[in-house]
Amino acid sequence: MQSESIISAPLVVAGKEYKSRLLVGTGKYQDLDETKRAIEASGAEIVTVAVRRTNIGQSSDEPNLLDVISPERYTILPNTAGCYTADDAVRTCRLARELLDGHDLVKLEVLGDQKTLYPNVVETLAAAKTLVADGFKVMVYTSDDPLIAKELEDIGCVAVMPLGAPIGSGLGIRNPHNIRLILENATVPILVDAGVGTASDATIAMELGCDGVLMNTAIAAAKDPVRMAYAMKLAVDSGREAYLAGRMPRKLYASASSPLDGLI
Amino acid sequence: MITIRLNGESKAFAEQASIQDLVGTMDLEGKRFAVELNREIVPKVQHAQVFLKQDDEVEVVQAIGGG
Repeated sequence: MQSESIISAPLVVAGKEYKSRLLVGTGKYQDLDETKRAIEASGAEIVTVAVRRTNIGQSSDEPNLLDVISPERYTILPNTAGCYTADDAVRTCRLARELLDGHDLVKLEVLGDQKTLYPNVVETLAAAKTLVADGFKVMVYTSDDPLIAKELEDIGCVAVMPLGAPIGSGLGIRNPHNIRLILENATVPILVDAGVGTASDATIAMELGCDGVLMNTAIAAAKDPVRMAYAMKLAVDSGREAYLAGRMPRKLYASASSPLDGLI
Repeated sequence: MITIRLNGESKAFAEQASIQDLVGTMDLEGKRFAVELNREIVPKVQHAQVFLKQDDEVEVVQAIGGG
């Protein structure tokens, strides 16, 4: 797809290079077959999973998620979704590391409220400190507050992931100015996590200069998730290329595209 | 017999049952899972050497779909 003269730098997270800047979740799909096909269509290399009690969420005759989304092929990013305290989030990460044979890249999210699923940044900061000290590589979901984003980076998180809008809302990037402020100060990858509803939302995030986008519901809740996964891949690539190309300035009045000289 | 809490539910096991014995009752053959005993991780290599006691709290988790 890319011409040979245009080679975009890879996304680097915790020292590992990724061609794809789209990260996807594995929740809310009809079945594991649809999960597999959507994730393949998305081109994602980093894929999030949840950690749950064995008697919850999967019947014993069903194949395991990690048989379909294999840790050999994908970078598995276990999340702490559903955790409302730093303590629970840290426990979940330690279980995930054991589950994945020492794999220490995690997505930290500590929620504050069931209605908004808005991050509790106080608990998030506390969990991030503990996890970094314990050797985890932490990609952290947070609010779009530039000061908190910087603090999470200073703690040692390997990527900071502000929300575009509440989880599963599909409202798009509600505060692009805050995302820009976060980007201005950042020295680690900044990814928009949550809020994307359709392809243009992902493009907007990338055009702002984000290093990547993480999404789940926008793909899984589409009428045709596999097709939407492909649309998101194109959207993220398009937004990235447009960002690198540098958009033209906005102008109030027209500027003719055809020469004014030589008119009959 | 002893009684423990397994994933939030009360379960009876023989005295001297190990974590490995417990896992053996859970249909997890060939699957990836992790075990926590009283809030501490029990590494896989120790499953056969760690024994259950009355009122232990055990969590056994796996990866499922999530964002």
